[in-house]
Amino acid sequence: MSMRNVGIVYRKELTEALRDRRTVISTILVPLLLFPVLSVGFGSLAVALVGKAKEEIPKVMLRGGEDSPTVVEGLRKLDKIEIVPETSGWKDQIINKEIRAALEIPSGFQSDVAQQKSETVKIFKYEGELKSEFATEKVEKYMKEYRDKVVKDRLAAKNLPETVLNPFEVKQENVAPPEKVSGAAFGGIIGYMVILLCMTGAMYPAMDLTAGEKERGTMETILSSPISRMHLVLGKFFLILTAALGTAALSVLSMGVSFSVLSHYTGQTEGGRAAAAGFLLHLGPKTVISVFLMALPIAVLFSAALMTIALFAKTYKEAQSYLTPMTFVVIIPAVAAMLPGVELTSKLSLVPILSTSLLCKELVAGTYHWNLIAIIFSSTCVYAAAALFIAIKMFQRESVLFRS
Amino acid sequence: MIEARGLSKRFQDKKRGEIRAVDNVSFTCQPGKIYGLLGANGAGKTTTLRMLATILEPTDGTAMVCGYDVVDDPEKVRANVGFLSTATALYRRLTAQEFVEYFGRLNGLDEATLKKRVDDIFNRLDMNGFRDRRCDKLSTGMMQKTSIARTLVHDPPVMIFDEPTNGLDIMTARTITAFIRECRDNGKTVIFSTHIMSEVEKLCDTIGIIQSGKLLVEGSLVQLRDKYAEHELEEIFVKVVTPHYVAEENN
Repeated sequence: MSMRNVGIVYRKELTEALRDRRTVISTILVPLLLFPVLSVGFGSLAVALVGKAKEEIPKVMLRGGEDSPTVVEGLRKLDKIEIVPETSGWKDQIINKEIRAALEIPSGFQSDVAQQKSETVKIFKYEGELKSEFATEKVEKYMKEYRDKVVKDRLAAKNLPETVLNPFEVKQENVAPPEKVSGAAFGGIIGYMVILLCMTGAMYPAMDLTAGEKERGTMETILSSPISRMHLVLGKFFLILTAALGTAALSVLSMGVSFSVLSHYTGQTEGGRAAAAGFLLHLGPKTVISVFLMALPIAVLFSAALMTIALFAKTYKEAQSYLTPMTFVVIIPAVAAMLPGVELTSKLSLVPILSTSLLCKELVAGTYHWNLIAIIFSSTCVYAAAALFIAIKMFQRESVLFRS
Repeated sequence: MIEARGLSKRFQDKKRGEIRAVDNVSFTCQPGKIYGLLGANGAGKTTTLRMLATILEPTDGTAMVCGYDVVDDPEKVRANVGFLSTATALYRRLTAQEFVEYFGRLNGLDEATLKKRVDDIFNRLDMNGFRDRRCDKLSTGMMQKTSIARTLVHDPPVMIFDEPTNGLDIMTARTITAFIRECRDNGKTVIFSTHIMSEVEKLCDTIGIIQSGKLLVEGSLVQLRDKYAEHELEEIFVKVVTPHYVAEENN
């Protein structure tokens, strides 16, 4: 096989790809900007919005409580909430965000508590609405503190220690190092992103180099040259593969830089450092290389499969309509790997995409199951080789190249 | 030299069943001569020429191009052929020079030879004014010159032109016809298809009339005039094709 011709086709396709605005955007700009925008941009925005919501002094409506002055007085003294008197339509006011919550104290609450009768205090809220949840939290905290005080007083009255109600503590302690903790939490996302970006990176060039070439009328031009169809398809395939891996590499690079920037800023404060320890990914060179080695066969699989499918299309638009649903075919197993409880097993190692996604999760957490890695790498290589073989065969079929 | 022997091409169509696009076509084109394949749209001209250029594979029969079999040695055939049609477009994101060089490299030229040949062709076709301009910025005439340069870069002994002037303005079409004559004068074997009678009258040494995939008649313009007792090629064409055309319409 003459690699010279494959190289000639590859260089020409690369030159054209780098001059094409759409390819540059989808392969270089999107992966470079995606993570900074998502992490730094949205992260800062979310922190700012939550901070603002927490700073707000919410209005809480008090229902009843006329005969429970101590409780009400304590509530009014809280500088974190503003107590407003009861008016009609309070439920609508909560829904319309005019007030954030309502506290209902039953009649005779304070005296019932004093007589050791059981009572229920109700807090009404708008579930899922951030500011309503914060208000509820503050009111609930106050009421729980009041309850704890009542319990403490009762125990003191009977000369009993507090341990009567709390004979022992239950504590959780993490033994996993930070990289494993963050790996378990975010490893699935890394696999998902690498797989998805391999796919999106390959998609545009796959369409452009097949259906696009048919549509522009250059397919007949190149087929009239002495290059064999196998060399032609390999030259095109390597360009698509470069785009797939380039997109994935740039996205990981961008992700690394974004996390470092976040780490730098959150590390400025004590609380930020504590949050960052649990939140940030620890991606060492070994992890990065491992993830890339496992992404390689999946990128080959995507490049060959997308090229074969796009080759059937007569126009770029038709190719788009074939390849867009393929995104879901890839996303579903990639997302399945992020579901809690889905673990890498020898059976799942044979399922393409899902196995790579699950493995990435393990690799990022620093776990290396060598037998499963071997199964996944070799099975994905077999699928990739089959896809490439089909692509070469399709390029030799006149009914596909000259479909009318 | 081109020698077609019983060249046939059948396609399967879901609605119409088997279609015989080219049916047992045989002819010979000699070096230094122009063979004109004349036929209406859908007569089988493009399919025949695509088989000669090995873009399509014959279902039956074969053809020898410069001593190479189109079925057994397609890559060697293509190395000896320059193929030009209105369907052979340019890579719009390459410059004219890059485009021609790409095909030179695919034809196995080394860098020194390639540079010399590209310089020669660009000087000869007066293309130096736009050699570094991207193909999507070229005028139609410039595009045609670039396509011609592509077919010439490896100096092939056989030239195949499939309706090369189709849809072109008169000035660009004249550039093409002048180029076809030049190829003949340089001793190349030239075959070209068209449905434009005046082009055939002006250019061709031998004319083959094709209809429904069959080569109905072949000869020089003088021979055809004698045989059908008509002076105008258009009248000869109508006389030859009408019985087959009517039969096809009835079917």
